[in-house]
Amino acid sequence: MAWLHTWAGLVTGWVMFCVFVTGTATYYRTDISQWMRPELRAAAVEPGLAAERGAAYLKVHAPKAVSWFVSVPQEDRPLIGVYWLDSFEAPIQQAMLDAETGAPTTVRATHGGDFLYRFHYELQIMPVLGRWIVGASALILLVALVSGIVTHRRIFSDFFTFRRDRSAQRGWLDAHNVTGVLALPFHLMITYTGIVTLAFTLMPWGVASAYRGDELRFFVEAGQSPAWQAATGRPAEALPLAPLMGRAQAEVSEPLEMVIVNNPGDAASTVVAVFEEPKGLAHRHPQIVFDAVSGAVINRLGTLKPAAHVFTSFLGLHEAHFAGPALRVLFFLCGVMGSATIATGHVLWSVARAPKPGTAAGFGLRLVRGLNLGTILGLPIGIAAFFLANRLLPVALDQRATWEGGVFFAAWGGAAILGLLRPHDRTWREMGTAAALLFLAIPLVSAVTTDRGFDFVGFDAAMIAIGFALAWGARKVSRYRGSARARPAAASKSLARA
Amino acid sequence: MPDEAALRNPGRGLGWRVRAMVAGRVVLATFGGYAIAALSTAFLSLALPMVRSEAVATATLLSFAVMVGAVVWVFSARTLGRAALGLAIPGILLGGGLWLAMTFVETVSPA
Repeated sequence: MAWLHTWAGLVTGWVMFCVFVTGTATYYRTDISQWMRPELRAAAVEPGLAAERGAAYLKVHAPKAVSWFVSVPQEDRPLIGVYWLDSFEAPIQQAMLDAETGAPTTVRATHGGDFLYRFHYELQIMPVLGRWIVGASALILLVALVSGIVTHRRIFSDFFTFRRDRSAQRGWLDAHNVTGVLALPFHLMITYTGIVTLAFTLMPWGVASAYRGDELRFFVEAGQSPAWQAATGRPAEALPLAPLMGRAQAEVSEPLEMVIVNNPGDAASTVVAVFEEPKGLAHRHPQIVFDAVSGAVINRLGTLKPAAHVFTSFLGLHEAHFAGPALRVLFFLCGVMGSATIATGHVLWSVARAPKPGTAAGFGLRLVRGLNLGTILGLPIGIAAFFLANRLLPVALDQRATWEGGVFFAAWGGAAILGLLRPHDRTWREMGTAAALLFLAIPLVSAVTTDRGFDFVGFDAAMIAIGFALAWGARKVSRYRGSARARPAAASKSLARA
Repeated sequence: MPDEAALRNPGRGLGWRVRAMVAGRVVLATFGGYAIAALSTAFLSLALPMVRSEAVATATLLSFAVMVGAVVWVFSARTLGRAALGLAIPGILLGGGLWLAMTFVETVSPA
């Protein structure tokens, strides 16, 4: 089963490395979003009032929509987000409003931490295709994990073994084992729960057989979504939102997160108050549904049946919204170890197949080496360029948020092409140094281009730490590679298929 | 699997037979494994003695463990034929069960 572990890991590893890195960053999504909107200061606006400001904007700009969504200002995003659907088939549209005035905001346009979050499970390509690629890779990774455990008979004794200097290959194998085994419960948990988050995309057959494919009905019966009330076609004057939200808030201890208005302006219009998740594992938002015209409470959602509770708890476990600062650091470090397990596994694959001195590397090995470089160092270079673009692109640039994403892909693509053209040991050191310099530049560029100076101490410290870690890791790869090649090729042939 | 020895020494070159067997297992694991998982999800969603939404949630959660188990089975079975047989038998049983369940379980009326 060893070869199953090796090859399943190899073919999905590049995608999963990107998923692990961006997912690990997403544990600090709110902090990243805050850093990427340096103009914003926390604004204390009463949520009900903010909902009314959002609805006022939508009344003018989307009077014919089937649904309005107004997200009230949050700590990480002190803006009013308005979203609307013109029909169930139409793509969702959005605008960001100033929390104080309700007018479109003038702060720099950026996706913030949401860019990395969406990349984490959709790869920023066509959403359905991206989800399938990520989901299928995660399933194969789960197979690689299970077969890796089966493969590793001496898991306990190897756990305490780190032969850093025995041989290049042994060192990489032990690094792969240590990072893999130390956080193994996390790797299994995060991979399985990650698949669960995509469950209804990957495995729609339960809903297909029991509900004839009516997914909304499933969520309604599971108590996760209110029933849809069809429009009557008769217009009616809706009650103001703020008093309704005040009544809803009196029943729920968590703060208001979003207000949904279905069929706005219709006699059958409903208003849904969506609250933040209560403390606990499960990823579920308490909701209260009002009749928009009479103000009567139609429905209250909150408690779930056992299986639905387990399901949402898996989602909660994956997203770790329950985690306080200390636990969040632990999740982050586990994510870093997961990324390192994949990266060391890939380096191990190519080190174990290093050609004898004097012979040229074959096409397959050169391709793997190039893809390793382009992924393991290319993605961090893209992320660093993305952060720098956030500071360096003109604030008033048209389509600014799209440009930030463009810089991310351009920098990554450039690095990947360079890696494929020159898959040498020296490229590791050069690109590692380049990535490190880019990360180290982020705090300085930010201090120079904004009036926030070094306000974001945690973010700056993280960038510096990542910079040094990349420089160190890339040096290791280039050095170990060199010595591995100088050694007689027979040194550890039996490990080649580890 | 018997091909293991050949796979351990790819330096000697893999014969087309070994390559075809490995390719066959990959195809069987991918599509056969998914088919088993899909059939079990559809069947259990109707057959589990729970409220409908609960049965769907339980069956969907189980499906990925079923798929991983099926894939590991395909790669650990002694021959490709045994691997295929090991998927075909539960596949036929699940398919028959699903057919029965779809005949007898009412799916349109609200629970």
